[in-house]
Amino acid sequence: MKYIDEYRDGRLAKEIARQIAALADPARAYYFMEFCGGHTHAISRYGLEDLLPANVRMIHGPGCPVCVLPIGRIDAAIALAMRPKITLCTYGDLMRVPGSNGSSLLKAKAAGADIRMVYSTLDALRIAEAELEREVVFFAIGFETTTPPTALALKAAIAKGLGNFSIFCNHVLTPAAIQNILESPDVRKLGTIKIDGFVGPAHVSTVIGTEPYEFFAGKFQKPVVVAGFEPLDVIQAILMLVRQVNDGRHEVENQYIRAVTALGNEKAQAEVANFFELRESFEWRGLGEVPYGALRLRPQYVAYDAEKRFSMVTPAAKDNPACECGAILRGVKKPADCKLFGTVCTSDTPIGSCMVSAEGACAAHWTYGRFRKKARQVDVGRAVA
Amino acid sequence: MLPDNMAKVTLDGVSKIVSTALIDDVRPGDYLVLHVGYALAKINPEEAERTLALIRQAAAMGDAG
Amino acid sequence: MNMMIKAYRRKLDVANGRVDLSHGAGGRAMGQLIEGIFYKAFDNDWLRAGNDQSAFSVPGGRMVMTTDGYVVSPLFFPGGNIGTLSVHGTINDIAMAGAVPLYLSASFIIEEGFPFADLERIAQSMGAASREAGMPIITGDTKVVERGKADGVFISTAGVGLVPDGLDLRSDAARPGDAVIISGSIGDHGVAVMSKRENLEFDTDIVSDSAALHGLVADMVAAGGAHIRLMRDPTRGGIAATLNEIASQSRVGFRIDEDKIPLKPQVAAACEFLGLDPLNVANEGKLVAVVAPESADAVLAAMRAHPLGSEAALVGHVVADDNCFVQMTTSCGGRIVDWLSGEQLPRIC
Repeated sequence: MKYIDEYRDGRLAKEIARQIAALADPARAYYFMEFCGGHTHAISRYGLEDLLPANVRMIHGPGCPVCVLPIGRIDAAIALAMRPKITLCTYGDLMRVPGSNGSSLLKAKAAGADIRMVYSTLDALRIAEAELEREVVFFAIGFETTTPPTALALKAAIAKGLGNFSIFCNHVLTPAAIQNILESPDVRKLGTIKIDGFVGPAHVSTVIGTEPYEFFAGKFQKPVVVAGFEPLDVIQAILMLVRQVNDGRHEVENQYIRAVTALGNEKAQAEVANFFELRESFEWRGLGEVPYGALRLRPQYVAYDAEKRFSMVTPAAKDNPACECGAILRGVKKPADCKLFGTVCTSDTPIGSCMVSAEGACAAHWTYGRFRKKARQVDVGRAVA
Repeated sequence: MLPDNMAKVTLDGVSKIVSTALIDDVRPGDYLVLHVGYALAKINPEEAERTLALIRQAAAMGDAG
Repeated sequence: MNMMIKAYRRKLDVANGRVDLSHGAGGRAMGQLIEGIFYKAFDNDWLRAGNDQSAFSVPGGRMVMTTDGYVVSPLFFPGGNIGTLSVHGTINDIAMAGAVPLYLSASFIIEEGFPFADLERIAQSMGAASREAGMPIITGDTKVVERGKADGVFISTAGVGLVPDGLDLRSDAARPGDAVIISGSIGDHGVAVMSKRENLEFDTDIVSDSAALHGLVADMVAAGGAHIRLMRDPTRGGIAATLNEIASQSRVGFRIDEDKIPLKPQVAAACEFLGLDPLNVANEGKLVAVVAPESADAVLAAMRAHPLGSEAALVGHVVADDNCFVQMTTSCGGRIVDWLSGEQLPRIC
């Protein structure tokens, strides 16, 4: 697979890891957050943490759209889907996300709701065209990568005069969330956050470019290296971050230069700007209210806005109080620090948001990293000694 | 290349129809970054080579160290 | 299938006709359907005897029995259909005990409106598969349900087989140090079926690996005998589910090597497109064997000499592990291979 296999060469990865170990100052620790779930997945899938020296640690960030969707939004979608004539289209990831009282879209489907999994917004549009007697609602979630496809579906629906298509918009924004992690007053409550730099998103950055990271790299003096999703991309980005920290730099660097430019995909940005505007505030599961952290449809498209069209209400719903997802998403705690992890909360019975999607920090640790727990404690002990 | 901003993409004998409505100037032979059925970006072959060269260079230093 | 047909009736219009409720009502129409499609396709004396059951002599020794249901969608996929799958799947369940397959049963639950032509195609390929395997379908049943109560056709089967003397394969028999052998490339069936699923459609020349494995198993048993601890066919849930099942039943762990697992480039590419892990993708003509170390080479050589095991590979070993983890060495490090949670769905990010 061209442009894929070359970036999965384990021998090169090991040699770069050796370079990281040689450069990393043994007198200090390095904490880097990979914001994006795709990176969390790559790190777990290829076992990259095994390669890193004990004093270079990865913190799994909140960049998993399924994980940060608040329970109330799931409840609202389930309530909508249970209404007659409604067909709710959704990406597969959302089906198992737990709502309140053990509910989920999968269970709502079993109870008779017309909920269909789609691979692309185009599939949802096709369903709307084919079944004009149904109200087809696309449950739109995701970061800057899935927003342009939603915008295009809306554009096509308008062009085709499809009156039975609408969007339940839950699109969220990466830079706002990163900033929230760095400056939220919650951080003080949850504990001192220790992040020395960020591995910046791959696909998100193809759309928004590297420019939006300049602001907080400067303001918070944290280096950012935008990286591709393959293991060599990630390990090279970590090397670049270690160099920046050692040099006292806090720049935005672009490891994924084969697909990411400074300004990003301006065509996609323009499509998004045509149809969406900022929400003043939006709840992120685990992070709480994030100012300007999400998008909604512009008022002129109210007819296509499922929230308005069906007078949807988002009930207030609370996570399990013992769930540590908030602290884990901010990098203050590790999955294994949570009392629920691996006891009542497993990938088959997820309680908190981080366990829900395969890319959530807890699910990734549960699926790929559990066995590492004991070995890692020994490693860390040795490093300290 | 297909009508309506659609294109057929192929990877090791597997092909799929995706939308190219979000990017300009797609030509047969281009490599694309795909997400939920849409192409988000084109892969720049020169930059891809340069990145690999940088990776190999870093790896060689790791080897020496 | 106790229909004895004597009176003249209009011939079953296999080319254009459809199954209706009368074909399950126990009347002449049902007899005609059974005669015109199933007897013709399965063609053996047991069925032609027209009894409600079939009698056969029981050989000495230990027998195995299995039952299985088939609801695959779509019914026809590259490399097979629900019919071939039902025969191969049942034979493989028998063969995983090291047993020689003897007899099959098949029960059909058909949705009203299902085309005769499709039913005939399915029955014909079942007949061919069972003859090829030497395991005749000797009894069966037909039911028709109203439209919407089934998805075309569902098939359930049962099979019996005879275990060779001295062989006792058990799911709790894996011991630390045992070798883990996979008979060939993984994920072919799942990818072939998914390529035809609505909304996922993609083009590939991958065909299902659906195949009857009893011949391969016979060669393995001849080479390894009682040193074969156990065998499994990694169907739904793929290799990942099978290894985890064995690990928890035998109270052991596994350590496998990702680079050694046979995987076709097209399957890898399809999984890349869909965001799937090939270890979770279904197989219908592959087996996983846990073999005592002293016979691993002999069993592997016997497998490679068989057409269905030509790509067989030793992929790892059983290790002592109270957690029953399946650990895998990757190109960069290591990770756990877990069961799949819920249904396998494409990831969006």
